[in-house]
Amino acid sequence: MKELALSEEILLRVEKPARYIGGEINAVIKDPSQVDIRFAFCFPDVYEIGMSHLGIQILYDMFNRREDVWCERVYSPWPDLDRIMRDEHIPLYALESQDPIRDFDFLGITIQYEMCYTNILQVLDLSGIPLWAAERTERDTIVIGGGPCTYNPEPLAPFFDLFYIGEGETQYDALFDLYKEYKKGGKSREDFLLACASIPGIYVPSLYAPSYKEDGTLAAFTPIAEGVPAKVRKELVLSMDEAPYPDKPLVPLMQVTQDRVTLEIQRGCIRGCRFCQAGQIYRPVRERSLDFLKEQAIRMLESTGCEEITLSSLSSSDYSKLKELVYFLIDETHVRHVNISLPSLRIDAFSLDVMSKVQDIKKSSLTFAPEAGTQRLRDVINKGLTEEDILRGASEAFKGGWNKVKLYFMLGQPTETDEDVRGIAELAERIAEVYYEIPKEERHGKCQITSSTSFFVPKPFTPFQWAPMNTAEEFLRKAYLVKHTMRSQLNQKSLRYHYHEADVSMLEAALARGDRRLAPVIYRAYRKGCIFDAWDEYFSNEKWMEAFAEEGVDMDFYSVRERDLDELLPWDFIDCGVTKQFLKKEYERALQGIVTPNCREQCNGCGAAVFGGGVCFENKN
Amino acid sequence: MKIRIKFTKTGRLRFIGHLDVMRYFQKLMRRAGVDIRYSEGFSPHQIMSFAQPLGLGDTSEGEYVDIDVLSTASSEEMIRRLNEAGKEEIRILKYVKIADETRRSNAMSNVAAADYRVYFRGGLPDSNMLAAFFAQENIPVSKKTKTKEEIVDIRPLIYDWGLEEEGLFLRLSAGSAANLKPDTVMEAWNAFSQKEGQAAEAGHSEGGTQSFPYHFHRLELYARREGQLIPLYALGEEIKEESAE
Repeated sequence: MKELALSEEILLRVEKPARYIGGEINAVIKDPSQVDIRFAFCFPDVYEIGMSHLGIQILYDMFNRREDVWCERVYSPWPDLDRIMRDEHIPLYALESQDPIRDFDFLGITIQYEMCYTNILQVLDLSGIPLWAAERTERDTIVIGGGPCTYNPEPLAPFFDLFYIGEGETQYDALFDLYKEYKKGGKSREDFLLACASIPGIYVPSLYAPSYKEDGTLAAFTPIAEGVPAKVRKELVLSMDEAPYPDKPLVPLMQVTQDRVTLEIQRGCIRGCRFCQAGQIYRPVRERSLDFLKEQAIRMLESTGCEEITLSSLSSSDYSKLKELVYFLIDETHVRHVNISLPSLRIDAFSLDVMSKVQDIKKSSLTFAPEAGTQRLRDVINKGLTEEDILRGASEAFKGGWNKVKLYFMLGQPTETDEDVRGIAELAERIAEVYYEIPKEERHGKCQITSSTSFFVPKPFTPFQWAPMNTAEEFLRKAYLVKHTMRSQLNQKSLRYHYHEADVSMLEAALARGDRRLAPVIYRAYRKGCIFDAWDEYFSNEKWMEAFAEEGVDMDFYSVRERDLDELLPWDFIDCGVTKQFLKKEYERALQGIVTPNCREQCNGCGAAVFGGGVCFENKN
Repeated sequence: MKIRIKFTKTGRLRFIGHLDVMRYFQKLMRRAGVDIRYSEGFSPHQIMSFAQPLGLGDTSEGEYVDIDVLSTASSEEMIRRLNEAGKEEIRILKYVKIADETRRSNAMSNVAAADYRVYFRGGLPDSNMLAAFFAQENIPVSKKTKTKEEIVDIRPLIYDWGLEEEGLFLRLSAGSAANLKPDTVMEAWNAFSQKEGQAAEAGHSEGGTQSFPYHFHRLELYARREGQLIPLYALGEEIKEESAE
């Protein structure tokens, strides 16, 4: 038996020990003496969540194709093991080799949501890596961050040596080659980091200095060394079919959140909903070819033995070959006795046909994401879905045998009035009415319309990045208003409504649009014991509020404050293709309730064409 | 056609639970290209049934799963394919065709007894005291169910025992009729040895292993045929190359 980092006794004491043993199907084992670079890839949340993430699978496969690199994985130990590792001074280790992370060359952390920030500190701390980058020395592991939250990396900047802005497929080779050169040449960490700043997409936070105005806003953000670029442009893959994609994804030995093969059909989104960060930062849309996806689906099903396959993308209905792909997969999975899990699709004849083929109608539900309760507000947020679309889709589905509908909304978007808030309940009511208009003998019992609201958090690189956010009190008042309106309607017994507490959203907002002055707050919250903030049972708003107070940082300045259109924003040094000018124009159009057509209808000059590919150049050859 | 598979569960994979083992085999069947039969209905599942779940952390060289297949290659070939697609910690040892008479019953309902080896993390116990323990006419233990607590005599369910160099050998009644887990035997032994005035050595060993003094290793599962215990795989027959379908 290969040795495990944790003793048998500890593994028997903790919940779900399979999280910590590695040994998954298709995990890569190499001889450490035969590689130049040891890379530990971390998803800073529990194993079951981290193992469900596609990005790590892609980069894990890509890194390990290099003979000189051994990429392994690490996840956040659950609080039960966290306690034991601290008490018994056991260093955090990588799953494949079971070797301590602190002996690795790189620790790469994917940063998918703000509420995992304290888990990043947990991982560094348990690894024995100094939390503050400035305190790291020559022998310390180099800590690099990536993922959507790095489009505003500033609250985390002092904890990282490097950030990789954009899609990982393009520049890691250059980074690894440079590292080898510096390692061989015996050069210093400082020299290496400085050289990294010249690699496209790499942001070296220690080489920039912010200064602030008296009102607390950013005055300037400038490089402090020669040759360090003032702006960092995001990296992206131009030819999706040529980008590496794993033939043999990892298959966990325990049940994880998404235990299935994931086929990424495209990146980016043509829609431009104004609240949506992903819709801007992944521009332009780039599709994978149908042939590539067909072959890849079969390869992955055969190499994993998974019982389910799913498609991944933003707005899958916009993939141009969706019909062909889905019908191919239905035939293929039928023969193999594998299920297809469909992403949420625009409800029309095609999607209803597909859904009736792959799901049990009695158990499944229709999903709509109107995001706002009235047409006026849907125009403000540029959500193309109309009430007519929803009611027509629901009506067709009800006639096809469905009787459950799920609706997703956001509360607190710019210009929202009480009428918009009540509109959420009213839309649910009208869908129920459509159901009960069907003759009784053709219905299948009662219908169930479930509405969920989340609280709108303004995000960087969206037209709403300047917008004020509602206070927690406003949010809750609006949620009660939805609830109250639901209860006062005729079909209230067929309507369900879910919302959650507002505290987490307020914190998420502060971190999302924060700057470097939040790092000490995150540090203090962590020292107070905050980890797994994304988990209700571990989130402590009280500790976070103490951390803000003790650091003398005003949370409202970051969360609810409306930004001036001329304000220098902490993330302005990042160039994601989409220009600030375009975002401003979109914000102004939003306030006037003017919708903007999608990228295939008309180019709106967002700036993403600068990359020279994708939807911007479709039909232009 | 019904196939019985015997496999091991060792090394790090002893930390995956019974449901995880089931999921492991479902995926393994697909990777190894086993022509397994699926149930009818909206979400078809593989026809598969496991004998006697193993406790988390325990190891085994005598695990069993029965499957239904539409066609098969020889036992040798199937074992090769399964092991190639699988982990070394779950090794396929046997792949046999089950005779028609046992077809109606699955691996679980066949089980009548199980062999275990108990490893002592704190060193072997005193052999005389162990002999005295097993020499008792009755070994009453209290058994808690959801609603009540009752006293059960487990002595008749202990078929055989022996102290070996590596640990304690136990042959225990198993299966749906009267299942005795080795943990229950060792709990009774703990109580006995403490009552005898000498605390169980394992309970006071070095290294902080008090909470888990034993490691259970299953050696074999048996069915009863005409009064005799025979290993579950012996109810089936090897598939030779010429008879493969």
